[in-house]
Amino acid sequence: MLRKQTASGKRAAQRRIRATTSNRTRHLAMDVQDKLTILADAAKYDASCASSGSKGTRPGSKIGSTEGMGICHSYTPDGRCVSLLKILLTNYCIYDCQYCVNRISSDTPRARFTVDEVVSLTMEFYKRNYIEGLFLSSGIIQTSDYTMEQLIEVARRLRVDQHFGGYIHLKTIPNASSALIEQAGRWADRLSVNIELPTESDLVQLAPEKNKPQIVGTMTGIREKIDETTQEKKSGFKPPRFAPAGQSTQMIVGATPTPDLEILKTASELYTGQRLRRVYYSAYSPIPHADARLPGQSPPMVREHRLYQADWLMRFYGFDANEIVTESDSNLSLDMDPKLAWAIANRHFFPVDVNRASREELLRIPGIGVRSVDRILVIRRYQSLRCSDLRKLRVAWNRTKWFVQAADHNPGLASLDKLDLGKQAKPKTTQLMLFDAAQSAVSGEV
Amino acid sequence: MQTIFIDSYDRWRTEARRLITMDVHPSDVQWQSNAEQPSLFDDDLLPQPDCKHGFSVPRKFLELAKNVACHRSDARWSILYRTLWRILNQHRELLNITTDDDVYQLVQMQKAVTRDVHKMKAFVRFRKVSDNPESFMAWHRPDHRIVRLAAPFFARRFRGMNWSIFTPDESVAWDQSELQYGPGVPASAVSSEDALEELWKTYYASTFNPARVKVAMMKREMPVRHWATLPETDLIPELLQRAPTRVDQMIETQEGFGQTAAHFMPTERSLESLSDAAGRCTACDLCHDANQLVFGEGPANAKIVLIGEQPGDLEDIQGKPFVGPAGQLLDECLAAAGIDRTTVYVTNTVKHFKFTRLDKRRLHKKPDSREIFACRPWLEAELEEIQPDVIVCLGATPAQALLGRDFRITRSRGKRLQTEWCKQTVATWHPAAVLRMPDQSRRHQMQEQLVGDLRMAVGE
Ligand code: SF4
Repeated sequence: MLRKQTASGKRAAQRRIRATTSNRTRHLAMDVQDKLTILADAAKYDASCASSGSKGTRPGSKIGSTEGMGICHSYTPDGRCVSLLKILLTNYCIYDCQYCVNRISSDTPRARFTVDEVVSLTMEFYKRNYIEGLFLSSGIIQTSDYTMEQLIEVARRLRVDQHFGGYIHLKTIPNASSALIEQAGRWADRLSVNIELPTESDLVQLAPEKNKPQIVGTMTGIREKIDETTQEKKSGFKPPRFAPAGQSTQMIVGATPTPDLEILKTASELYTGQRLRRVYYSAYSPIPHADARLPGQSPPMVREHRLYQADWLMRFYGFDANEIVTESDSNLSLDMDPKLAWAIANRHFFPVDVNRASREELLRIPGIGVRSVDRILVIRRYQSLRCSDLRKLRVAWNRTKWFVQAADHNPGLASLDKLDLGKQAKPKTTQLMLFDAAQSAVSGEV
Repeated sequence: MQTIFIDSYDRWRTEARRLITMDVHPSDVQWQSNAEQPSLFDDDLLPQPDCKHGFSVPRKFLELAKNVACHRSDARWSILYRTLWRILNQHRELLNITTDDDVYQLVQMQKAVTRDVHKMKAFVRFRKVSDNPESFMAWHRPDHRIVRLAAPFFARRFRGMNWSIFTPDESVAWDQSELQYGPGVPASAVSSEDALEELWKTYYASTFNPARVKVAMMKREMPVRHWATLPETDLIPELLQRAPTRVDQMIETQEGFGQTAAHFMPTERSLESLSDAAGRCTACDLCHDANQLVFGEGPANAKIVLIGEQPGDLEDIQGKPFVGPAGQLLDECLAAAGIDRTTVYVTNTVKHFKFTRLDKRRLHKKPDSREIFACRPWLEAELEEIQPDVIVCLGATPAQALLGRDFRITRSRGKRLQTEWCKQTVATWHPAAVLRMPDQSRRHQMQEQLVGDLRMAVGE
């Protein structure tokens, strides 16, 4: 019965849109503006904004490509980029997750887009080169499957009716059936299932309707389907596309007292077990109509930044969660990046000789990133490197100099033994750290 | 020493090839830029090995040169030539030594150019100029002469529409089959209107999280010199100015209660024990001002449950549901529908009276969603105990509590809907709404509808 009502509402909206196609743009602006205010606002707490990992253009697409991925079309004053139209289909939700502004018990104003409205918005924004694609998520209405069907319908129509070749990221709804996930992966470039909170007990506390086995189960389903598709491709078949940009997840940090070590362990499990492309950390930020059980303070941005740095170290530098967290309270150091913190705690490992050390060893030097390491390895085939060369490679010399040995530089054990080395090597101002913080959400490079 | 005037990459390539084959040392040439217009790159890039003086150039160098040629610096031609000469005469692998001064400079120029191409891909904003065929226009001011580097990207991405991009140096147009280059134009020549920009600004403003302000970061990634062509940047000053107040408000308007009624639930469930336990409920703040809790009333084996919004003034004083004026009207309607009130279980969505004081009077105030949510476990427990065949929601509050916040009484009044508690859930007017209706005939009609809905609900 209920479903029928919404279907008739939808038909009315369709009629309305059809009736105004002649002057679609202006009409769209008038109809949709209020909803956009609400439904973009509600989606802004989601950290996963980047368009990445999808290569090649979908055959037959007329508008849109996923080449040049990661183009940020604008930046808001919070330093985050706008690359996708990131909205909710609706912010009505039958769940009551305490950290979420859309939970059923919140007094926030509600709205719901029709499928057509999202399709038009995406196309019209895309044609003006405002965005790289769509990131669509939704509160749960009626049932998980019903909600998922609606999200899929948006993606399907973009691909089939509009010949849209841009990026589509769908947030899968917890509990949606595997048949639906399969469809979603056909139209979307990336799927994500939000792990939401780092541990099972955090979930019990703040998101009673969600549970970890269920969430991880959905991820496994996606991973298996991705694997299957890759396998088929390898054996020379042409399987239908399935989430070519893989899957990602988001974890809210700071809503519960769970320490960084636990967070990183969960992330590392997800990287190896589920082969996620990205884990996004979102410092819990105060939300309007927040629940009384949550911390009412500004988000621990430095912490978020440190987590991204640590995450990066795990994925690209061969660090393990256990060795990155050096503080006794199982948290990352806030006033020093995790690589530097590790180096200070492991001084016996240094100095590392840039002209001789292995790639793995070079990667452990504070202030030197992956790209610089690769360049060093090339250059040293032809000549040995000096300090000036390292500077040209734009390493963070003030940090690096204590730990590195070059043709004309040897910090010597004396300086490595200094007790206040940490103080000398770390960046001078916290200002700088905050400045880096948003960047690290994109690159995370340390 | 010879001086050579260069107006394009092609020209430089030809000259460089000539000089190399003649073995001219870089210090013997002076390169001068003319007001240049980089020509098409699509003719053959590789200096073809000359029959007599054959030499080949690493592909990587040509890639680099092609990019560097678009840089505005006058020094680029001579550095390119010197590097080419050194590659051929000193060190084939020179380009790998990224710390070499020449290579370093070229790489820096190349970076600047590719960054600029990237910015063009990001910051070109098309404006729709006609509907049929759909055509778009943009004005953009790149730092370097990169139109030809970036245009093919736009052609691939916006294959199915007509578009043109104008810059001060050069312009390019796509008609869905080929790219055409033309002269540069000033910004004023390009349409500055597109109705959709308002919508885009709305999106931009809404997606900004005032709790995380980082202006320096924004400016680094979105250089201020591009702001003029980005409509949303107008909003930045105001967004920034309002950010601190918005965050304060967010923190202040914290809501929800530490607990819900579930916390006060008795282990042994019966209507008596429930009502008893609810008497001690302090899950939300309403218990503090109300006189007493008003629990549901009626037989445990009732077939019909009527749910109102919350107790009113008289109910709060007497501790019984529907005893005030609305209750009297309800009795009337029940009688008219042929229903005996003593066989019906009557209760409310929220069990404590919510009001504001005006002089001596206590004025009813609608419970908000937090209170409804906090109190809901009592209602659910009552329904579980009774397991009715029919539920009648009186007004929007109980209907939304059971059917979702999407529910509109004006739209779905009198329809039989299924809920998890009961196959037949019907929503109708709250008697108080009927009483408050000033228009006589409308009031009469609503009352009729209320009776009709009751009759329908208990019918088969
Ligand atoms: S209104 Fe309901 S939830 Fe609030 S204190 Fe009263 S019984 Fe408890």
